[in-house]
Amino acid sequence: MKRMMTYIRPYYGYMALTIVIKFIGTVMDLVIPYLISHMIDYVAPSVTREHLSPIFWWGGVMVLCAAVALVCNVSANWRTSRFASLVTRKLRGDLFDKILSLSAAQTDRLTVPSLVARMTSDTYTVNGMLGVIFRSGLRAPLLLIGGVALTLSIEPVLAMTMIAVLPPLGFFVTVISRKGIRLHRRKQKRVDTMVEKVRDSFTGIRVIKALSKIDREKDDFREVNETLSRSEEKAGIVTGLSNPVSSLVLNLGMTAVVALGAWRVFTGHTMPGQIIAFLSYFSIILNSTLGLSFVFNHLSRGAASIGRITEVLEEKEEMLLLPSREAVEGAPFLEFRNVSFSYDKKSTVLQDISFSLEKGQTLGILGGTGSGKSTLIALMLRFYDPDQGEILFEGRPLASCDPREVRGRLGVVFQNDFLMADTLEENILFTRSLSHPMVEKAALAAQALPFIEEKEGGFDYRLTTKGNNLSGGQRQRVLLSRAMASSPELLILDDAASALDYKTDAALRRAISEHYASAACVVVAQRVSSVKGANCILVLEGGRTVGQGTHEELLSECEIYREIARSQMGVTE
Amino acid sequence: MKKKETNATVYEGRNVFLRLFGYLARVKGRALLALLLVITSNGFALVGPYLSGKAIDAIGFDSATKTANVDFRQVFTFCALMALFYVLSAGLSYALNVTMIKLTQSITRRIRGEAYNKLLELPVGYFDKLQAGDVISRLSYDMDTINASFAGNILQIVTSTIAVFGSFFCMLAISPGMLGVFLLTVPLSVTYTLYKSKKVRPLFRRRSADLGELSGFTEEMLSGAKTIRAYGREKAFSERYGKRNTEASESFCTADQRAGGTLGPSVNFINNVSLSMIGSVGAVMLVLGIMTPGNIASFILYSKRFTGPINEFSNILADLQSLRSAAERVFGMMDEAPETPDAPDAKPLGQVKGEVVFEHVHFGYEEGKEILHGLDLKVEAGSTVAIVGPTGGGKTTIVNLLMRFYDPTSGRILLDGVPIDSLPRRDLRRAFTMVLQETWLMGGTVAENIAYGRQGATREDVERAARAAGIHDFILTLPRGYDTRMEDGGLNVSKGQKQLLTIARSMLSDASMLILDEATSNVDTRTEQKIEKAMLRLMEGKTCFVIAHRLSTVQNADCILVVRDGDVVEKGTHEELMKKEGFYASLYQSQFS
Repeated sequence: MKRMMTYIRPYYGYMALTIVIKFIGTVMDLVIPYLISHMIDYVAPSVTREHLSPIFWWGGVMVLCAAVALVCNVSANWRTSRFASLVTRKLRGDLFDKILSLSAAQTDRLTVPSLVARMTSDTYTVNGMLGVIFRSGLRAPLLLIGGVALTLSIEPVLAMTMIAVLPPLGFFVTVISRKGIRLHRRKQKRVDTMVEKVRDSFTGIRVIKALSKIDREKDDFREVNETLSRSEEKAGIVTGLSNPVSSLVLNLGMTAVVALGAWRVFTGHTMPGQIIAFLSYFSIILNSTLGLSFVFNHLSRGAASIGRITEVLEEKEEMLLLPSREAVEGAPFLEFRNVSFSYDKKSTVLQDISFSLEKGQTLGILGGTGSGKSTLIALMLRFYDPDQGEILFEGRPLASCDPREVRGRLGVVFQNDFLMADTLEENILFTRSLSHPMVEKAALAAQALPFIEEKEGGFDYRLTTKGNNLSGGQRQRVLLSRAMASSPELLILDDAASALDYKTDAALRRAISEHYASAACVVVAQRVSSVKGANCILVLEGGRTVGQGTHEELLSECEIYREIARSQMGVTE
Repeated sequence: MKKKETNATVYEGRNVFLRLFGYLARVKGRALLALLLVITSNGFALVGPYLSGKAIDAIGFDSATKTANVDFRQVFTFCALMALFYVLSAGLSYALNVTMIKLTQSITRRIRGEAYNKLLELPVGYFDKLQAGDVISRLSYDMDTINASFAGNILQIVTSTIAVFGSFFCMLAISPGMLGVFLLTVPLSVTYTLYKSKKVRPLFRRRSADLGELSGFTEEMLSGAKTIRAYGREKAFSERYGKRNTEASESFCTADQRAGGTLGPSVNFINNVSLSMIGSVGAVMLVLGIMTPGNIASFILYSKRFTGPINEFSNILADLQSLRSAAERVFGMMDEAPETPDAPDAKPLGQVKGEVVFEHVHFGYEEGKEILHGLDLKVEAGSTVAIVGPTGGGKTTIVNLLMRFYDPTSGRILLDGVPIDSLPRRDLRRAFTMVLQETWLMGGTVAENIAYGRQGATREDVERAARAAGIHDFILTLPRGYDTRMEDGGLNVSKGQKQLLTIARSMLSDASMLILDEATSNVDTRTEQKIEKAMLRLMEGKTCFVIAHRLSTVQNADCILVVRDGDVVEKGTHEELMKKEGFYASLYQSQFS
């Protein structure tokens, strides 16, 4: 909640004025019944049948009040809507930025479906809540206070009777809405589960259909759907209690007022006209209390969502930057010194990895599934920090380099990398300001140009979401073009050519060494042919280096390497 | 970036509400109970002002002498009655509340479930175009809107109608003359509200669509967050997001302002004016001695009950607009054409031998772009067919047609001599088991994922399959072994390991035909050799379709199809093709260059 205030603070002035406007509008609404009671109690008895004009004068005043109320209420509502949408927009924007800045470990922990739900479902709820709070939430307490004040001015004794019921009522509403927050929070968690299920079905639809598991998926979803629905039901049933209870308590207070009023009239302390006015104000007070409990209802829903949003916003910066240092002249471009790493600080994924890489050189990384190849890449990009050892970039610790600077100098393709629903050109540019010739050059080297030119519109061909309208090999070639388009100093390819046939793969390797000769390359592969030409090949198994050297050296020295080569080529050269 | 055209179509038409009523009709019992509760609790609430008017008149105040002749017995009787009615009315209103929540939830649950079920029945091509985020928005934001406003509003309409008619007759009984005031103001409110709600309709449509698009974009970007970070493009993407965010916020705000923000106060104004007029007219009538103060008090209370609902109507109409656009989006998704239904005379597929014939099959994903131009192919039962060729050459297409993810534009495909489009899809697909290049595992545990391959698979079956696929040892190293949950992003499970899990999954299946679509492309060659035996066992006695670009994996196939630009350019065994020294031979040689 505290965090939320920082979003509201810039609008203090704006909202203060809104409150004033709303206040005037509300007062006008309140004045009208007051004027009616005045008319019946004082004006009517004082006029005669022949001179009714004062009554119409007063009527005119009332219409005027109504007009002022109209102007004020509309203006206040518009301002509130604007305010709510501005705050939500900022909140959503910050949340998006924050999510992009989270470390890989944090994203793993929060999970993508839950982040998606927080970005969407939760921010809608907050928007709705802000609107309600400042629209009804302002009006309701103002009406309540105004109503109470006016009843006090008319008949303090009767007013006190009714006011006496307010504190216990307030307590009751608070308890209910607190409980509501908890229930709504639980409900939002169920929303996460639903989002996860839908995403799952989306990505797996082919398998689901192929295995004829549609019914089973439906059953799964039914369960998810039902738990979500039950938790919503429960939250609704609990928070729904506050409304009938509020109106009951107030109505009973009101009955007491009439009974007591009879006695007061009898003793000459009050007049029936005042009781009538009282009844009018009473309905205002009743409505405002109901309005308040409505606000509390939204508030408890909103608070649950705000909690989930701020949880993300308050994630601590995990990848701290060491004080920056100068690049060391003559140091290797990229160096790993005895690096060890584990995701959970228990089971080691990489152990004691060392290598160095100069510009213009290629480092090949070869290893079986689960050997830690992709983790090594993640460390190079500083998605994680190593548990032990050092990673040096131009002679200085990677942790001391501004990630923006480092990342601007590299090109990377991950396994199953990301393509967006946009043109081929945009997917290669990836928001960088690169010239079209550079894009074309990269596409040529990536062996993508031939198929791009065949597409309707060429580089303007639109991909559907995740590049689904391309084949696996075409996707990889677009990704390769992206990686090379900026003529990076460091090119990292994590199994980036696995869907390419050998011929295309060979052409790709030739093109890279021709056109991007000055780049340092890291090539992760499962095929010996993809790394054969590398200056140094790192053979990983179970997170350890089992061989390191050139193709020829490894063939003669490394048993495992020989075995891999034999399995793929059927020959030992 | 340009606007996406990929969003699912929006359901147009007036019968959105009719369709919603259809859902309401299915929970008739609850709906009737709710209606009954509404009528009684509102009836009780109407009694309140009548009783309080009576009580005030019983005070018997004489304004000329300013003395009161209070009939206490009557006053207290009326007060006691008031209390009784209020208690009853509160009890009923809570009962109503609970009934309503249950009612709306059962409707939302049903619609959401149906929407999801429908989603799964859509053709695969639909998923290639649609964004998961947009669908999620339909199932969450739009469903929430339906949930919040549909049944609640209907109820409100009923309540309000009762209140309006009830208080109308009560006022008529007190003073028909004063009622004349409303002849002027009520038509004004109604006309204004109707006019306004028509104007805001497109705004709400826009709002739902914008939010859907925003969430589609969000989903897309979050799934690519790693790449965005790696390239250090956070700022640029944040700007793009900002643009969409602004658009969506703007349309949210505009709809809000134009609807509830304006309509409510305007109708409130009209009501205030009528109240002023009633006050004035009432005062005149009091002077003329036509009415008593108690009468005026009751009349004013009733007039509030009369105008209040009219005010409420205006809010409801605004709400209905947002309900309508939300429902349009959900129904729009539900009305997408599903996969062509099974032929009515589809005969269940019995024991499958596994002979497959392609006859002059023509096909293209997009109109005018044919990629299979009359494919002819005969696959004997139990034999292995390999499909090789350059990427993007149309290898996967053959599988898409076999599994009826798509249907050919002309020509036919026969399984054991029966055209596959005359078979129930479920039976057809059950006859295959497949391992795809894109691994897919669901959210559950490792064991659940493997067991997915066969109904009622025991833990022993699962472990046997895992052993056969060579993944058993790896699974044991996971924190909770077979009970480890495969969460999103599955950080400790690499692509290759996932592939092994899916291989284990298909090992459990007892289908007679097998499709391996680049099944081992993510598994390193040493691992591949290790599981080769298992793979061979998996393939035994089955008709196999093996798609591969790694030619070493297909050398032993009974028939190799070389596909290039959608055409089968060469056909034969490895030896035959090598002898031919054609395209296959050149591909084969290039892998050793």
